[in-house]
Amino acid sequence: MKKPWGTCREVTALVSAREDRDLSMGERTVLRFHAFICGRCERWESQVKFMRESMQAWKNYRD
Amino acid sequence: MLAAAFGGTHVVVFEAKFVMTAAAAFAQEVAESRTYLLRFARLQLRNDAWAEDVVADTMLAALEKPQNFGGRSTVKTWLVGILKFKIIDCIRAHSREVASSVNTNEDAELEDLIFSPDGHQANEAYEWASPEQTLHSKQFLAVMDVCINEMPPTMGRVFLMREWMEFSTDEICKELKVSSSNVWVLLHRARLRLRECLQLKWFGDQATPTKS
Repeated sequence: MKKPWGTCREVTALVSAREDRDLSMGERTVLRFHAFICGRCERWESQVKFMRESMQAWKNYRD
Repeated sequence: MLAAAFGGTHVVVFEAKFVMTAAAAFAQEVAESRTYLLRFARLQLRNDAWAEDVVADTMLAALEKPQNFGGRSTVKTWLVGILKFKIIDCIRAHSREVASSVNTNEDAELEDLIFSPDGHQANEAYEWASPEQTLHSKQFLAVMDVCINEMPPTMGRVFLMREWMEFSTDEICKELKVSSSNVWVLLHRARLRLRECLQLKWFGDQATPTKS
């Protein structure tokens, strides 16, 4: 049976996918469940946010 | 009226001078943006000759029609807007070459390295300290350049289309003729790879006191 909180591999991909598309209700539920139990994926979430901001800064810099 | 009072020729000369200076300043600003434009064009197209062409086209278009620059943004931002169109034109013009170079399997083994067979992360996840200050560091942005440049060609192209050109995944699918699930997978791997690269080249040796 598939665990409702998913694996880190799946959740990492979902966190990334959220940057590019809307997640389904099921996918959002997995994320919510997983967040309770996994600090590593929480870190990935903040790293994805940081990388988004870095891309913004990177676009604007000029040597 | 004014011209009659001060002598017509003087005013005409003054205006001509003013127009000349403004045009020269504009041309100079366009010229100064060249390196910046070229950097993006190269990263996006992964082909130096194409990159040179689109940047030349962009600068010509700008210098031919300076009146199109409304002054609502900076010259650089306006040029980037033109460059994006030129890049799309270029990808379309070379669609056969681009399509044949597309490889959606790039870095297929990346996730197997990061995750164990049961789907857990194989290594300890990294903690990135004080990332906000990092964003203002030129060295850090140069590291970003390197990391993006090192991405395999299809991945790099897709990632920049999304993050720099701000295309939707649908638009990327259309331009590169790949499926949306392929695009999502490539974008995800690009982010995993960028994290590994930043960890290795920046955050990994944060403790080194020489780095600002």
